[in-house]
Amino acid sequence: MHASEKPIKVGLFVTCLVDMFRPSIGFATIKLLENAGCKVSVPEAQTCCGQPAFNSGDKKSTQDIARQTIQAFDGYEYVVGPSGSCIGMLHHYTELFDENDPWKARAEDLKSRAFEITSFLTDVLDFNTILSKYDAKATYHDSCAGLRELGVKQQPRKLLAKVANLTLSEMEESETCCGFGGTFCVKYPDISNRMVENKTSNIVDSGATTLLGGDLGCLLNMAGKLKRQGHKIETRHIVEVLAGMTDEPAIGDADYELGQPA
Amino acid sequence: MQITSPAFKENARIALHDAGLQKALGNLKEGFPVKRSTAVARMPEFEQLRDEGTALKNHILENLDIYLEQFEANVIKNGGHVHWCRTPEDACKKILDICKEVDAKTVTKGKSMVSEEINLNDYLEKNGVEPIETDLGEYILQLRGDHPSHIIAPAIHLNLEDVSEIFHEKHKRPKSSDPKVLMQEAREMLREKFAGADVGITGANFLVAETGSSIIVTNEGNGDLTQTLPKTHIVVTSIEKVVPTLEDMTLFLRLLARSATGQEFTVYNTLSTGPRRAGDQDGPENFHVVLVDNGRSEMVGSEFQEMLRCIRCSACMNHCPVYGAVGGHSYGWVYPGPMGSVLTPQMIGIEEAGLLPNASTFCGKCESVCPVRIPLPKLMRHWREDEFSKHLSPKAVRWGIGGWAFFAKRPTLYRLLSISSNLFLRVMAGKKGHIKKIPLAGGWTDGRDMPAPRGKTFMSQYKSRKQS
Ligand code: SF4
Repeated sequence: MHASEKPIKVGLFVTCLVDMFRPSIGFATIKLLENAGCKVSVPEAQTCCGQPAFNSGDKKSTQDIARQTIQAFDGYEYVVGPSGSCIGMLHHYTELFDENDPWKARAEDLKSRAFEITSFLTDVLDFNTILSKYDAKATYHDSCAGLRELGVKQQPRKLLAKVANLTLSEMEESETCCGFGGTFCVKYPDISNRMVENKTSNIVDSGATTLLGGDLGCLLNMAGKLKRQGHKIETRHIVEVLAGMTDEPAIGDADYELGQPA
Repeated sequence: MQITSPAFKENARIALHDAGLQKALGNLKEGFPVKRSTAVARMPEFEQLRDEGTALKNHILENLDIYLEQFEANVIKNGGHVHWCRTPEDACKKILDICKEVDAKTVTKGKSMVSEEINLNDYLEKNGVEPIETDLGEYILQLRGDHPSHIIAPAIHLNLEDVSEIFHEKHKRPKSSDPKVLMQEAREMLREKFAGADVGITGANFLVAETGSSIIVTNEGNGDLTQTLPKTHIVVTSIEKVVPTLEDMTLFLRLLARSATGQEFTVYNTLSTGPRRAGDQDGPENFHVVLVDNGRSEMVGSEFQEMLRCIRCSACMNHCPVYGAVGGHSYGWVYPGPMGSVLTPQMIGIEEAGLLPNASTFCGKCESVCPVRIPLPKLMRHWREDEFSKHLSPKAVRWGIGGWAFFAKRPTLYRLLSISSNLFLRVMAGKKGHIKKIPLAGGWTDGRDMPAPRGKTFMSQYKSRKQS
């Protein structure tokens, strides 16, 4: 384990959705990492992980974006992001290059350093000094890539167990896809819509007042459906709760003056 | 069977609003996945079994020619015949020739997806031979002029009322909705057919190289009658079904039953090893194996080779949320669900089947339950790459991705793009926090709201915080 006097150098992978839709998730991630003794930087040269291109079969663009990301995060002990899906994509970079391509080794190296936030706090740092408080009965959606590609399942629950006043009420089929799927929800809206309907009905049945998850894409999808159906359930990213940054209105609930962001 | 894969989206839309189908799909969700997970929980070494099965299949595929030739040699030694058929047409023609040799009028059939793949029933009918499906599900479908929507439960898209309806119409008996009565009715109808059939056609779950045997597994026992009563037994199957030994076969039988229905073993496991020998009580006089290739040998050595490990258990579709929402017919050809989305483009062409490998969120559930660990999402992605490189993807997708990638490769421009999109969405939302309708994003906002961005982009906020 690292000696506390020498902070761990972490590069934050913001993810494009957090950048655009909900910066508070990025700031909450930084706060958690700093509490855990890390020195966090945000490399300027990052954009998106490249998943839209990867999953649309555009290998060439994916490779370009992968090289750019690998370079941007050179020199950091760890690369951490608030998304299993985007970090999972960073792991996929290894599949983009041939054995004898020097980028292959660099991609492998990035993979060994890249972690989803709850898994990093739990599996790498063994950090559990969560001091936040949140009055809610929450339910947790296991986003697919985090769950199946990175093995994120117990980590968020372990951390949530430390949050004062929060109880967890598991929904049925918490491991079933919400229907977001990146470009899927745009290409196959009817099917995506049915999948998210199944999801929200399980969320509602859980009796929870707050829906939590670790991937903003899925959260936007589920929050959008809950709103459309008129449910009062709040949707938040888990790091907001863990970092005690829940003053901000929940996803889709915002109420602010344009030009005066919170 | 008519191909409707190019109409996948339209098929899916109709399926989503078909109340009867949705009810039937609901039953599926409560059934197979639950049974599988119970069976897996009862068997602590299941994961190890999956590893062994995967490794063994890989070994077989590396030596496919050797095992197939060994299989052929043993079938011949037992007094049977093997016919190698490159295309569906070759296979249909061969089967018809065999039927003609024995002057067959009717053939009974056990359930066989390969016979669906080569469209055998239509071919036989057109050429004066009447095929009779003996698997209950397939029998119901045949009465309806319908096709399987699932590889092991072909009539899963139907409800009891549908069966009662068609039996009443075709059997001319009083209408009943008691499953026992309906089952009895089917038995009586089929019994005559069994006795009168000249040829029995079955598929094969596995072919055993060391003995020249084929095996089919069923829960109804119809396969036994199909292959023992008629004078001629034809096994129609595909080349990747071969396994080296009987013991290897049992490994796959254990994986198959648990992954498919959650049984420890399927009820009837019927091996056929050549024609009847002198002194045998029963069995066919002639034994033929029709080995279909239909694009499979092209997959060997390609990026799709892993797909040939498939043992047709159906776990991937049983667990697929897309299959669960739209059912098997939406996929528009013989093989539905994730395995179909990989196989269909190989067999009918990516030009026809391009929508299928795209119809996945890559949630990974299929891969996580596949007994032989086929990386189905990765293989579907390979098809998307193939499509993209051949310029077959829809223009909107190509331009969208191209335009987006242009920015994603240029961080400074990308910042500007996210700042302007962020601002645009915030203006759209006003004070509400979410947006009901966004131009050009109807796909999203038809069914759900779009949560609005909270404040300026992260990058902008981070910068100003650092400067202050
Ligand atoms: S791909 Fe795997 S899960 Fe699907 S049918 Fe084949 S063996 Fe079964």
